[in-house]
Amino acid sequence: MATTPNAVTPADVPRNTRTLPRRWAGADEIAHLITMIAAGALLLIAVLLVYQLWVLSAESRHKFGWSFFVGTTWDPVSGDFGALPFIYGTLVTSAVALCIAVPLGVGAAIFLAELAPPKLSSSLTFVSDLLAAVPSVIYGLLGVFLLVPLMRTTIQPALKDVLGFLPIFQGPSYGIGFLTAGIVLAIMIVPFVLSVSREVLLAVPRDQREAALALGATKWESTWKVVVPAARIGIFGSVFLALARALGETMAVTMVIGNNPRISASLFSPGYSIASVLANEFSEATGNLYLSALIELGLVLFLLTFVLNGLARLLILITTSRGSGVLPT
Amino acid sequence: MSIQLAWRKSLNVVMLSLTGLCALITVSALFFILGYLVWNGGKDLSWNFFTHLPAPVGEEGGGMANAIVGTLKLLLLAAVIGVPLGLLGGVYLAEFGGRTLPFLVRYTADLMNGVPSIVMGIFAYAMVVMPMHHFSTLAGGIALGVMVIPVVLRNTESFLRDVPRSLREGSFALGANKWRMVASVVLPAASRGIMTGVLLALARVAGETAPLLFTAFGNRYWSPGFNQPTSSLPVIIYTYATGPYEDWHRQAWAAGLVLLGLVLVTNILVRAFLTRGTAYERT
Repeated sequence: MATTPNAVTPADVPRNTRTLPRRWAGADEIAHLITMIAAGALLLIAVLLVYQLWVLSAESRHKFGWSFFVGTTWDPVSGDFGALPFIYGTLVTSAVALCIAVPLGVGAAIFLAELAPPKLSSSLTFVSDLLAAVPSVIYGLLGVFLLVPLMRTTIQPALKDVLGFLPIFQGPSYGIGFLTAGIVLAIMIVPFVLSVSREVLLAVPRDQREAALALGATKWESTWKVVVPAARIGIFGSVFLALARALGETMAVTMVIGNNPRISASLFSPGYSIASVLANEFSEATGNLYLSALIELGLVLFLLTFVLNGLARLLILITTSRGSGVLPT
Repeated sequence: MSIQLAWRKSLNVVMLSLTGLCALITVSALFFILGYLVWNGGKDLSWNFFTHLPAPVGEEGGGMANAIVGTLKLLLLAAVIGVPLGLLGGVYLAEFGGRTLPFLVRYTADLMNGVPSIVMGIFAYAMVVMPMHHFSTLAGGIALGVMVIPVVLRNTESFLRDVPRSLREGSFALGANKWRMVASVVLPAASRGIMTGVLLALARVAGETAPLLFTAFGNRYWSPGFNQPTSSLPVIIYTYATGPYEDWHRQAWAAGLVLLGLVLVTNILVRAFLTRGTAYERT
């Protein structure tokens, strides 16, 4: 561009005649730096989080090694800590929750994405989002005073009558226990399954549905045999996301699971979960080994949700990037 | 009509009604929860509830004034810690970022968003309670603040990205620098969306109990300043609901109604008003 006589390079501008915008040019660098530090702070916090969990659980990790995960005694007095009852409780309650929440959430998502008129669909989605915003302790409150008595007097005896031959539905009805905790969890995670599944269903291109209908399929056949399979991976993603929520959910579970560290095949039996034992015992843990064992449980919980969340985001990204959907946050 | 066709058509109707039923169950859960809380907690809500300290154990009456103030103080701390960091971090991702660091930050933010809140409590315990050797409002505020950062950050980024190119180019054409462009054109244009994200993040942590159990702990009295344990609505609901007294249970319902009201009203107002209409055409 040597032929343009008016081109002025920064070096040509004398220092003392710098115009207003030029004086602020250095400010760009400063703004860049400040925002970068803020973004970096999040990385620092994440690194510190992992570091603290790792270092503070060292005593327990060294003492118990891998046997921490298979030990079934949890005895603060004699200093013997095994995590299996808590891991079992966390997995069982989450599994119960998924069994209820996945059909319910995916069914509702199909209704919202495929059948409901847009206005109804968006207002129902709004309600579902509100449901996701209800604090966990409120679910616990309803669980303690409404669901537990109901389970004890009605639901558990009824289940025993009908399905009592299965080992999971045997034993006395306390009201509290794995099943109750699972049901409360299910209600809490349905909104997550619903909103993400709806998003991935909507991302399936319209012509797929039309092609199926044109071939003579009924609305249900086009939905179940064409749209849902196309969105399958994203729906799995929503399930993993919901599972990660369920594993880490604390208050509602603590209030209804019974807080008794034992492993039992019966869903009616009281149990314990990782998050619940942290909630109950952390503030009164005496002795370094006790605290260290609790923090190791926190580390286990962190790693579990870390892996599940990563997997979920990957699956959702794969499905939605094929269509026009966006990655829900 | 052949039998097969009749079967397919009735299957169609049955399955589609079932999906409708699923939606109905899910949606009615919210109305049920709200109605049940109003039914149970409404009658125990009184002026005393908002102005009095908890009565001594075993005595009837008293209120939760200290828990309400405690929750507000915790939210203030959470906002002071979480909002600036999240906001500036979001600006970095949307406006200044290169390639590697933004990817890393984005991934970390999503990860931190999924970390169970009780683990955040352990973090605040390790960072604040252990060095200070006592529970404090500060520790609780930090636990909540750390949970606010990733939500605000990701939300700010996505709203900034939605601001149209033409606005940026217009401001460059007027001779603005990059930071002038961001501060006086892009941020104001996205301000409603960013505000929505901030308020929703605060509403979310307002109901968090688990991270407060061993950071802010609890307190039956007023908690002056930020250096002492404090009561908070979610924790007191938990304590009272699992406690042995009938009167505590009644107060737990009332407190539950107040907390749920706070969270739902914020959510509804924010979603209804702030997201309605923006300063520019959304694409």
